[in-house]
Amino acid sequence: MANGLRLTPEEKAMLAGEEGPGVQKAMEIVVALGQIYGAADLIPIASAQVSGVSYKNLGDAGLELLQEWAATGVRARVPAMLNPAGMDLWQWRELGFSEEFARRQQAVLGAYTALGITPTCTCTPYLVGFVPHLGQSVAWAESSAVSYVNSVLGARTNREGGPSALASAITGRTARYGLHLDEKRRARAIVEVHCPVRTEADLGALGYLVGRQVQKGVPYFRFSPSDWNDSAQALKALGAAMGASGAVALYHIEGVTPEAQREPMVAPDAPTIVVQDLAAAYAALNESGEGIEAIDLVSLGCPHASEEEIQAIADYLDGRRVKAALWITTSRTIRQRAEAKGVVARLEATGARVVADTCLIVAPVKELGFRSLVTNSAKMAFYAPSHSGLTVHFGPTERCLEAALSGRW
Amino acid sequence: MELRGRVIKAGIAEGVALVSPEPIGFLGGVDPETGVVIEAGHPLCGQCVAGRVLVFPTGKGSTVGSYTLYRMARRGTAPAAIINAESEAIVAVGAILGDIPMVDQVDVTRIHTGDRVRIEGERILVLAS
Repeated sequence: MANGLRLTPEEKAMLAGEEGPGVQKAMEIVVALGQIYGAADLIPIASAQVSGVSYKNLGDAGLELLQEWAATGVRARVPAMLNPAGMDLWQWRELGFSEEFARRQQAVLGAYTALGITPTCTCTPYLVGFVPHLGQSVAWAESSAVSYVNSVLGARTNREGGPSALASAITGRTARYGLHLDEKRRARAIVEVHCPVRTEADLGALGYLVGRQVQKGVPYFRFSPSDWNDSAQALKALGAAMGASGAVALYHIEGVTPEAQREPMVAPDAPTIVVQDLAAAYAALNESGEGIEAIDLVSLGCPHASEEEIQAIADYLDGRRVKAALWITTSRTIRQRAEAKGVVARLEATGARVVADTCLIVAPVKELGFRSLVTNSAKMAFYAPSHSGLTVHFGPTERCLEAALSGRW
Repeated sequence: MELRGRVIKAGIAEGVALVSPEPIGFLGGVDPETGVVIEAGHPLCGQCVAGRVLVFPTGKGSTVGSYTLYRMARRGTAPAAIINAESEAIVAVGAILGDIPMVDQVDVTRIHTGDRVRIEGERILVLAS
């Protein structure tokens, strides 16, 4: 079966079913992908990050598959964790999730836990201890996390699907193709940014524009000096937006990201894209909300908020009271850290909610009764109209917080 | 007539060919409960893929389509086998999850709807229609 693909004796044994049917199925997937993409061999991975966690996206078919796979007794052989689930695993009842949804979501988590996957449900595992190092190969699925570890950390992963990341967790292998290869990591387009890009929303807007233009390509950014923001939050927003409007899994920034220091990182025939302003992105991402002033939900924390972001929101809102629902989505670990410092209590006193394990892209938002969303995330603004049927306003964090306080955009 | 391809999911299957000149996306494109193609404007729209040897150039659409194929296999609405010109990840993973024999790198223009087709690993036997 593995024509053209070299396998070690151990890998051949897995493929032949010597470690049981669950490992065999996983190895069949890894090998099939290696064949389809012309890999020479398989490589060991340091970790796996598995998508397909929300019951909203998985449905009964996905749940059945996970339960059947878990019943074979297989377990992940490398550290592996999960993408966000469809609800906060602790506060779901008070946040308005139905009993029926919660039961099925818990069954999904139960199957993953049986498979040996840590139920850390986050799109930012790199903020809570899963930090692959430069040059290390991993198999991660969440597009914004893939972009961050490839670009900002210089680790190597393709944009895996849910089942392929799970197959890699079980076999500890991925096929050597795509972004695991040096030549595929070279930039195919140069992006010259000639306008100020200061807030996270600006970085997201820029990412939205560039993702649409380069699609699956690897962009190489050159920013006008001092007119932009290279905080970890900003880079997280940039990558998330490019992974949504396009399928960008790796970018380089001159003078900033680790591989941008290496020559030659830009393909000789790479075209140059010039970005003069971000107005087109703000217009496109606000289109669905045009003419709608009353808003009922403000979502911050896409990708999941860092401790610094949550702290800054608390500082801004202290002593005031929100009129719209304000959900700050983050990982369980970050929420616990913020709770220990009293920040969650300060935010709850304003009426805001610090929601863990989920986000408003993968939660059953319609079931929760929300209609009109405000967000500082270009990724969320891109997906919410189609995935969740919400109208969207998109702008910088402070404007979103003012909307939460007034209930109006 | 005998054709040869590359095995994506090994197996033996036989059925009547259903050929699509266009790519197929399973999530939203095929009803998993019935196996009927529901994508508006698709050349196979309204036809049932259950038990057929489904022949199409390649897959398309959402990666959740892998789960859809798996679900069809469990419901008994999946194709008996899949033949692609060039396989991609979504359909390949779905075929492996659902234990649906699958072969690619095949000249699919040589198979016609209504042909009786038998798949044995990499061998494809096209019998008279």
